[in-house]
Amino acid sequence: MNILTVDDSRTMREMLRMALVKAGFNVVAAVDGEHGLEMLSECGADVIITDINMPNLDGFGFIERVREDGAFRATPILVLTTESDPAKKDRARRAGATGWIVKPFNPDRLVEAIRRVAA
Amino acid sequence: MDEFEEIKATFFQECDELLADLESGLLIMESGSRDAETVNAVFRAVHSVKGGAGAFGLEPLVRYAHVFETLMDEIRAGRINADTELVRVLLRAADVLADHVSAARTGGEADHEASAAMVAELEACTHGAGAPAAAQDAAPEAFKPTPAATDDMDFGFKPAAVSILEFDAPPAAQAASWTVTFTPTPALYAKANEPALLLRELARLGAVESELDDHQIPPLDALDPEGAYLTWTVRLTTDADEGAIRDVFEFVDGDCELAVERETPEAEASDGPDIAALLAAAKADPVEAPAPSAPAEDGLDIAALLAAARQAVEAAPPQAPEPARAPTAQAADPVAVKSTSAPARQPAAEPAHVQATIRVDPERIDRLIDLVGELVINQAMLAQRVAAHGFAPSSDISMGLDELEQLTRAIQDGVMAIRAQPVKSVFQRMPRLVREVASQTRKQARLIMEGEGTEVDKTVIERLTDPITHMLRNAIDHGLESPDDRIAAGKPAEGVVRLAALHRGGRIVIEVQDDGAGINRPRVRQIAIDKGLIAPEAQLSDEETDNLIFLPGFSTAGAVSDISGRGVGMDVVRRSVQGLGGRISISSRPGEGSTFTLSLPLTLAVLDGMVVDVAGQTLVVPLTAIVESLRPKPGEVRPLGPQGAVLAVRDTFVRLIDIGCALGFRETSIRPEEGVVLLIESEDGGRFALVADAIQGQRQVVIKSLEANYRQVDGIAAATILGDGRVALIVDVDALVAVRREPARPAEFVSIAAE
Repeated sequence: MNILTVDDSRTMREMLRMALVKAGFNVVAAVDGEHGLEMLSECGADVIITDINMPNLDGFGFIERVREDGAFRATPILVLTTESDPAKKDRARRAGATGWIVKPFNPDRLVEAIRRVAA
Repeated sequence: MDEFEEIKATFFQECDELLADLESGLLIMESGSRDAETVNAVFRAVHSVKGGAGAFGLEPLVRYAHVFETLMDEIRAGRINADTELVRVLLRAADVLADHVSAARTGGEADHEASAAMVAELEACTHGAGAPAAAQDAAPEAFKPTPAATDDMDFGFKPAAVSILEFDAPPAAQAASWTVTFTPTPALYAKANEPALLLRELARLGAVESELDDHQIPPLDALDPEGAYLTWTVRLTTDADEGAIRDVFEFVDGDCELAVERETPEAEASDGPDIAALLAAAKADPVEAPAPSAPAEDGLDIAALLAAARQAVEAAPPQAPEPARAPTAQAADPVAVKSTSAPARQPAAEPAHVQATIRVDPERIDRLIDLVGELVINQAMLAQRVAAHGFAPSSDISMGLDELEQLTRAIQDGVMAIRAQPVKSVFQRMPRLVREVASQTRKQARLIMEGEGTEVDKTVIERLTDPITHMLRNAIDHGLESPDDRIAAGKPAEGVVRLAALHRGGRIVIEVQDDGAGINRPRVRQIAIDKGLIAPEAQLSDEETDNLIFLPGFSTAGAVSDISGRGVGMDVVRRSVQGLGGRISISSRPGEGSTFTLSLPLTLAVLDGMVVDVAGQTLVVPLTAIVESLRPKPGEVRPLGPQGAVLAVRDTFVRLIDIGCALGFRETSIRPEEGVVLLIESEDGGRFALVADAIQGQRQVVIKSLEANYRQVDGIAAATILGDGRVALIVDVDALVAVRREPARPAEFVSIAAE
């Protein structure tokens, strides 16, 4: 299964990569929303994991743009963020997020969240 | 280093960058800009430090960053106005954040009091504005993402009682039956949620029997392909509690109707067919099932579900042009939505440019550089032997060797480029230093940095920090005037210190410039006289006076401040710079300020040198020091004193120094007219001429430390190995002049300096 991660923090990208590769996923990493869209059209993804606070195009904008794209409007998107307040979560859901993971995550929970949204 | 530790190292590296971003963002804000992207970037920097710190359980850092972040969030939202006063607080808060990061890095603890004071200050700023009560309440809540987060690091999800063991274990005694009724709305599908997966998750909790109610499906012509018409009723036998069952539907909360009811044990559920059977029966004609990626223990036949889904898509209305990607839900089964990911997508072709950098153990690079050095030497040896056999330069073998030389050079440049780093890593520590020194000396200083991207060998970078730190301290402490004096002199109260890096002539140049009062030459001169460094009657040019501050034992500070007067004078700075093959010089204009210029070789691994013969020895003179080489004509050399001599070069006289005499190879100098003269510019801009017997040629040589292999020798910078395998010494031209001066008394130094 191919997973696209979108996070401006290198640490977080590495954490995700480590956890996901160990769990047997293929990982493609993007550094912000704009880059994420490029990577998505280039490599595709079965599941997208995205941060909210990012330069260029933030997580909300990224999710909206993915959902506008006919090819990926049904691709599960997990929002990965330290934001926990309900308003942010709601906004991400309105943008079209499938689920969320609250940072810091542990690898098991991450994989569980992916399993919950992807075949 | 295990992977986790490596990522942790990455985190701290990233922290350095984030802290630099944070600082530069705040400095932009300090200059009056309230550009939303700048404020956002500042917020993100703090936010990312906190996020990463959380992942590694660095609690004190997380707690501090959280308070900082909360205030930044208020500013970002426009609820608090970031005036200059507040930005200054934020800058100090950034310093404390940096302290927390370095404490976390070393496993120590940041200064608790300073941190607590800063936290109090930040909280006061946060709550002093807008809605104090709300902010106060929001803070702790925002910090703890979920209730489950309070006591452990795993605050991702509420702990669901799901583990592999449970599937193998016999049903627990308290296993109960539940009826879960679940009706998705179209919004659920629009967010790419998937009923089949939810049913699968339910099946992980225990035995399930599912019933699909399709009564709501309208006739085909009235059917909205993206509508939602199905209701599932699942009978679940599990020892999990209601919370765990509801957790399965966490992501679809609000996008479905959900009822979870506990059943009485005698209730039977065998009246409905299970979903897999239902779907299998519903299939008109069999379709090839995609490879099942669902785990084998799934209670539901996902493969069958997906097969049905695919069939549905293939039979889909024209709105679904491409089965592989079309997300259009079909009447038969909303599972079609999910079918996008199931059909064969190309295996992940990892794009090459995703991984922009690789991490390499520096030791490997050092080893590579050593090897390339050996290669350079070996190549030179080969060339020398080939030449000794009398091959013509146009012969195949000589031409092949030329190509080898070019390749060797290219490899060397390439390897050195691996170790090159921007000076940013050093520069980014400086704004804080300037702030601290300015506040300690009660001066106002603004730092402007240029050329942070200038690259230089890592080994040089590591040794830049001390000289730059000292020059900056010096510029603020001694260079800038107090705000009152500045205003009196008609200048802005805030002084400007400029720190710049640039490449010039194969070297890196660091400039530290202040717009202060400039060097007080009469005072410098008086101090030098008082300390016996120069004779009272000495005639010194302005530059020579300025350069007196580099003399050992010189300190201009009337009262030794704790800033510059740490027992480290400019002489120590100069010596450490010279140890790197560098030079430091100063230029100053009264009332307008001073500029310190530091120039260093880009690498400490190789150097371009002039190979010369002196008294039967082969020596290397660094090419960067040589202005020109010439053979003096009779009459251009004039005697000076009993032993000395000067050379007339373009209307001026420069002192002649015989290298052989200076290094003790011979007692009396050769006649300069019979040898070669190398015109040298020393680091303070003074010129002199070195006399050698003959020039062998220019060559790139690999620097081998003499100190590491033997011991330090005055007048010698290092050693190298030549093409013939012999060791040659690399001359330290500036030290050579000093060696020559050694027996001289201070008075004689003055006469030299005054030449």
